Amino acid sequence: MFDFAGLTHFWVYLSASPLLGLTLTLCAYLFAQWVYAKSGMSSLANPVMIAVAIIALVLLASGMSYQRYFAGAQFVHFLLGPATVALAVPLSRQVPRLRRSLVPLLCALLAGSVTAIVSAVSVAVLFGASVQVARSIAPKSATTPIAMAVSEHLGGVPALTAAMVICTGILGGVVARYVMDFCRIQGDAARGLALGVAAHGIGTARAFQISPEMGAYAGLGMGLNGVLTALIAPWLVPALLHWFGR
Amino acid sequence: MLLSFAVLLLFQCLGEGLVFLFGFPVPGPVTGMLLLLAALLAFPRLHQVVEAGANELLRHLSLLFVPAGVGIITTAAAGSGNWLAIVAGVIASTVLTLAATALVLQAFGRRRDPARGDGGHGGGRV
Repeated sequence: MFDFAGLTHFWVYLSASPLLGLTLTLCAYLFAQWVYAKSGMSSLANPVMIAVAIIALVLLASGMSYQRYFAGAQFVHFLLGPATVALAVPLSRQVPRLRRSLVPLLCALLAGSVTAIVSAVSVAVLFGASVQVARSIAPKSATTPIAMAVSEHLGGVPALTAAMVICTGILGGVVARYVMDFCRIQGDAARGLALGVAAHGIGTARAFQISPEMGAYAGLGMGLNGVLTALIAPWLVPALLHWFGR
Repeated sequence: MLLSFAVLLLFQCLGEGLVFLFGFPVPGPVTGMLLLLAALLAFPRLHQVVEAGANELLRHLSLLFVPAGVGIITTAAAGSGNWLAIVAGVIASTVLTLAATALVLQAFGRRRDPARGDGGHGGGRV
């Protein structure tokens, strides 16, 4: 005989402890990674997207609140801070490359970084976005931990920013080839840097699949754009919103 | 491994501290990253200390975004009525950013010696 009442009690006990949120996060992510590998690392089978979808469905189906889930998942979320600090390690390896052609790379970076913020905020506002949404979309090309921190600083919604950042990365990885061919861009340097600046880590992963050279420039673009976005968005976004009269 | 993790946390604390004390507009972990970058360039031997922990964290970087990503179910309210603006903003801005970055770098590459490989050749397609 199966004790259903006991099972219900067990579920109530389990969903009240942080154990469930943490277990769910790790298992959903491992499954998503398996799907990603099976798809031949297709940019459409992004593991973050799949894991988030699975967990969101489980939460909606079981009636578990996000706050309760996050009580467990916060242990994973906390590691974003030290992981952001850790980005200094691959970035320091790119410094010799940066020194060799400092001016062209910095000019391209500045152009890309400003374009990302100004065009995202402008288009969103022109399509009737609220101020909070405009603030959330501003850092969408920066790598997620930086984008979320910038969004919080600007008064946006960090979770909404995280979703936009992930969508931007997936989209950038898919459309980069067509944009580059349309603009007649030749060479790994320009293609790689553009992928890193526009589509952060997901774009960088994509660039590494083409060539290590392109991947290195993408990694450089991702790291520098993260820093530059954190530096200029806090001034640029309020000025831009003021200019739009918002 | 444990030591390198402690060093990463220490730099994050330093970053958070600077932001708190001087009211920097930059997030604490980003300030910590810049401090660590400066430290790595000044003392290259520091690489051996932080490498293990940093690589381990960055290997699973995607996993760390999952809890925040799930938060989208609570932000449906914040995004509601704005979905067209969000989709238009993300698509237009991603395409424009790719084009602007690549065109500026390529413009410099044309004026330089193309054999240096800074933009002149290399036929990889994204």
